[in-house]
Amino acid sequence: MLLASLVEPSFGLIFWMTLSFLTVLFLLAKFAWKPILNGLKEREASIADALTKAEQARAENALMMAKNEDLMRQAREERELMLKEARDIRDREIAGAKAKAKAEGDALLARAREEIRNEKNAAITEMKNQVAELSIQVAERILKEKLGDAATQKALVDKVMAEADLRKS
Amino acid sequence: MSIPNLLRTASLLIGSLLFGAANAQHEGHDHATHEHTDQVENGVVKVVAADTEAPELAKEEAEHGGKFDAGKLIMGHIGDEHGWHLWGHTTLPLPIIIYNTERGVSCFSSSHFDHGHKTYGGYMLHEGDIVATKAEDGTDIHHATIDEPLTKATWDISITKNVLSLFISLAILLFVFISVAKAYTRRAGQAPTGFQNLVEPIILFVRDDVAKSAIGPKYMTFMPYLLTAFFFIFLNNLLGLVPFFPGGANLTGNIAVTLVLALITFIIVTVKGNKHYWHHILAMPGVPGWVLFILTPVEILGMFLKPFVLMIRLFANITAGHIIALSFFSLIFVFGETNAGAGYGVSVMSLAFTVFMTMLELLVAFIQAYVFTFLSAMYIGSAVEEPHHH
Repeated sequence: MLLASLVEPSFGLIFWMTLSFLTVLFLLAKFAWKPILNGLKEREASIADALTKAEQARAENALMMAKNEDLMRQAREERELMLKEARDIRDREIAGAKAKAKAEGDALLARAREEIRNEKNAAITEMKNQVAELSIQVAERILKEKLGDAATQKALVDKVMAEADLRKS
Repeated sequence: MSIPNLLRTASLLIGSLLFGAANAQHEGHDHATHEHTDQVENGVVKVVAADTEAPELAKEEAEHGGKFDAGKLIMGHIGDEHGWHLWGHTTLPLPIIIYNTERGVSCFSSSHFDHGHKTYGGYMLHEGDIVATKAEDGTDIHHATIDEPLTKATWDISITKNVLSLFISLAILLFVFISVAKAYTRRAGQAPTGFQNLVEPIILFVRDDVAKSAIGPKYMTFMPYLLTAFFFIFLNNLLGLVPFFPGGANLTGNIAVTLVLALITFIIVTVKGNKHYWHHILAMPGVPGWVLFILTPVEILGMFLKPFVLMIRLFANITAGHIIALSFFSLIFVFGETNAGAGYGVSVMSLAFTVFMTMLELLVAFIQAYVFTFLSAMYIGSAVEEPHHH
């Protein structure tokens, strides 16, 4: 075995190497590399697919969350609005009722005063009438006495006069 | 002889470290061996041992008729041989297949050569190569003469150690990847399990970082070759680091193997090269006419240089790594032959360096597989690249 033989390719080995390597290359290409590379590609595709799907789901989820948030906010706003309206309505109603009550009270009072005034007037009129009647009756009795006898008339007048004096003092 | 030598030396080293005291008994055993003159080995570094004790190793070497020869050890490891030494004196005989244009096909077991000492079927081993002879079967090779014209007509396609190692590694590749492929079809779309986990990152690495980045959108066509080349080189680089059967053959450090691999890349590049690629080689656009007289030959030369460099790089890297690791290892025995104490002293350093080199080789195993695949992909990429529209 010389040093030169190292760099001198032997025919036998070239022959077997070419033959067997090409055969194995063919066999591996057909029965090993093809399924392996296809398997790898399929798996990568499925992983990529799954990742895309997950990303989509996440995006959808985020969208849904945003929508939910929006809905919640809207609901809150609506509630606020409704509460405010209710408060307004109540305030308005209370104010209205107060005004109405006041107006009614006022009217009642006015009517009462009118009635009082009317009653008063009626009472005054009646009193006047009674005073007038009494005066007439007094005058009638006086006149009746007077017409009977002159002396009595005189006595009567005296008497009345005396009475009147008494009353004065 | 690399494997037994390695094994022997390794077991010796460990053994002698553990039972150092026992060595004293073996002193003097070696002296007889020096009478044996060395078998002539041209161009190989000869280590001449001094006449001192080199305990067990010398005893072992004595049985093989020689002193410790670092060059022989290293060359034996990185070269090829007919028959695969397993341990000690046990050799796995391998089939010898010879086609001779005059004699026809001969097939027989390498054990008939009796470790290269005898002739058989009109052939014998000479410096590891099969040569033709007219001597009778069983003649000692020292009495047989080489028949030059018949040797020239001999084509040796024996299943040598490297060829067997090649078959073993290819069988491993087939078994591993077809069973992995089954897992992909059986458990389609599911997470990888077991062995899939080990090879999938590498497959993805070759696909994404080698093929996709260097070739571009048309990478899918070339994936089978790139993957096969990558795993073939990587597996054999690793097997080459295993010092015992079925590892130990220096397959990716063999130029015939890297030659075939580089040739396949070259053929792919040349066949798949598009108009854009050939246009750039034959008449680089945007270059004045007279420069083309220089540039075009350079480009054409480059076409062949690229795969040539691919071949040399892998071969040289792997072989050099093995030579360095083994050289450190051999230092123990080189010093051990001069002085046992020196051998033990050096063994500590050598072992540390050998371990370091083996670690480095593990890294190189991957890097070289990657570099070969990546450069192949680059060349293919340049051949199928579509012109840029600026």
